Amino acid sequence: MDVLPILLDWLPYLLSGIASTLGLVLAALGLGILLGLPMALGQVYGGRPIRWAVGIYVWFFRGLPILVLLFLFWFGIFPAIGLGHYSAFVVGAVVLGLRGAAYQSQIFRGAIQSVGEGQMIAARSLGMSRFTAIHSVILPQAMRIALPGWSNEYPNILTDSAVCYAIGVVELLTITARIVTQTHITIPIYLATAGIFIILNYGGLKLLHRLEARVAIPGFGTGAM
Amino acid sequence: MNNDEIVLKVEDIHKSFGGIEVLRGVSFDVRRGETKVFIGPSGTGKSTLLRCINQLTIPDRGRVWLDGEEVTNSGARINHFRQKIGMVFQNFFLFDHLTALKNVELALLKVRGMGKAEAREKALTELRQVGMEDWANHYPAELSGGQAQRVSIARALAMDPDVILFDEPTSALDPELTREVLEVMKKLARNGMTMLVVTHEMGFACSVANEVLFMENGVVAEQGSPDLLLNDPQFTRMKDFIGRIDSRMSD
Amino acid sequence: MDQTVFLFDILLPALLQGLIVTLQLIVCSAPFGFALGIAVAVGRQYGHPVISWFCKTFVFLIKGTPLLLLLFILYFGLPSIGITFTAFTASVLGFILCNGAYNAEYIRGALISIKDGQMVAARSLGMTRWQAIKNVILPQALRRAIPGLSNEFIYLIKYSSLAYMLTVVELAGAGKQVATKYFLYTESFAAVGIVYLVLVSVTTIAVNILEKKVAIPGTVRATPAAQL
Repeated sequence: MDVLPILLDWLPYLLSGIASTLGLVLAALGLGILLGLPMALGQVYGGRPIRWAVGIYVWFFRGLPILVLLFLFWFGIFPAIGLGHYSAFVVGAVVLGLRGAAYQSQIFRGAIQSVGEGQMIAARSLGMSRFTAIHSVILPQAMRIALPGWSNEYPNILTDSAVCYAIGVVELLTITARIVTQTHITIPIYLATAGIFIILNYGGLKLLHRLEARVAIPGFGTGAM
Repeated sequence: MNNDEIVLKVEDIHKSFGGIEVLRGVSFDVRRGETKVFIGPSGTGKSTLLRCINQLTIPDRGRVWLDGEEVTNSGARINHFRQKIGMVFQNFFLFDHLTALKNVELALLKVRGMGKAEAREKALTELRQVGMEDWANHYPAELSGGQAQRVSIARALAMDPDVILFDEPTSALDPELTREVLEVMKKLARNGMTMLVVTHEMGFACSVANEVLFMENGVVAEQGSPDLLLNDPQFTRMKDFIGRIDSRMSD
Repeated sequence: MDQTVFLFDILLPALLQGLIVTLQLIVCSAPFGFALGIAVAVGRQYGHPVISWFCKTFVFLIKGTPLLLLLFILYFGLPSIGITFTAFTASVLGFILCNGAYNAEYIRGALISIKDGQMVAARSLGMTRWQAIKNVILPQALRRAIPGLSNEFIYLIKYSSLAYMLTVVELAGAGKQVATKYFLYTESFAAVGIVYLVLVSVTTIAVNILEKKVAIPGTVRATPAAQL
């Protein structure tokens, strides 16, 4: 059985799966920052109700299995609030993003808290408002501190994205399963997909680490987190 | 006790680290019940020498005998010799997860294969020797440095070693704590324990050592009784060294 | 249909059945995942270079592959070369491999953090390398690895739901079956979610108690408490 030609035949299909998987991951990472950062700020600087609400959110999204979250949103919540027409891809991306936000908010929170209190005091002593101090003094430092931890969320989201198979998102694993069904070639195809995931995983991490190096400030926060 | 019996024989030890020769041929004999003190500037290989004796560091050249048996090149039998050659470290190296008592017991149980009751009895005896019996159930992090070092001496004693190597046992301690450890060591020396001690404590060297070896640049530069090295005009290098320390201390 | 009838007569009994399977999955996986983690970490850190390389590669491969794909390989793939597992066994195997690989990383980190002096002192007393690892290094390292290991245990609880993708009707699967049959999706999955939240929260509390219990007196707890 010669697998390589078969794989090549299916290559465009596989590539579309890779694109879909990467789409899920990028959407989730983006949504994760978009929601996670305000949540982190809320948890550090917000009043009690906000801290409480964020705490519940984080507890909920980190406590549930990704599979159950996907089922809950795909079969339950989205149809129930009249968004049943959205595709599985959208629901998958949203769920990964909401869950990612829960994890990432805690990374950002840790980073914000690790910026010394002196920074805030110094900024305020110069007449900056609290908002300006957070925006132009605390966050630029905190984001750099958070970056390594944040990068490490990428492999988690990537491997979790495969679970979107369960609600029928046509991503890499779904396509792999389809090719297996069509060709009856199992292990070589699974291993090829595993190889693709591994490359995406460590390749993506490498890119992120390069980004870390780029935004690094000499002598600042090296290995802080 | 036969005082002329040679327990430990060290012959022509050489050791280099990364091209730098730390030990350049060190030899000496140790008689049973004797206390030898090694003195000298830091970086002259004193600690390395001790570690070469029980093969925690493998010397590049040279041999070591314990009771006539070769310790160097002894393969797996080295663990037998290490039981007979106790060691006490500058930073104690107590097992952080075990109480003082269990620190002393562990090797009795696992290496000597002693029964539980017997090991406990023995460990308590050794802790009593160093005045730490009341602290038997405390953990290393709960002990002062001096107490921890006394426990580590008990741990070495428990194996009934032929000789104990002390690697700067008081260098990490405050003067007050140093004294309590030195008292224990003096008592051991009086009771006939064979000891090799690397230290900067001249007072201890003068009162306890049968022989002082002054090491410099990886060799034994001067060797003799403390009295001889300090008072005989033909020996100058150790006196110079001590003078340098004293003037630095009084700064 | 009456809500209470659905909840108490249909959903909860089904979830209880599923919960039992979930607990079976966890109980069958966790001890071996723990043991595998120790073996791989020790092999990587102290083993012969060849063994060390194998351990490193194992972790690299498992961490790079989605767990669901690993489960597919074990359950759908291996029969093609004549190795057939039940869905339950394949799931447990997958969980052990995955849990073991991640545990190994935490344990290795802890092994590295133990100061050299501990090994030196143990060897100076005549212990062999393995005696020293077993009696001196590991007991300390495992304590330090508790926060990480408990995180992985919590992941195991959550990811045990993937067994449903191999047709094992565990907690998530039981919820799915009820939801599909009665068209009560949000309610069913919310109930499933609550059970997981309880499991995870109870575990978190239990781990914190365990950590205090095995803490070495006098040492400050350097690592933060386990997080979900």
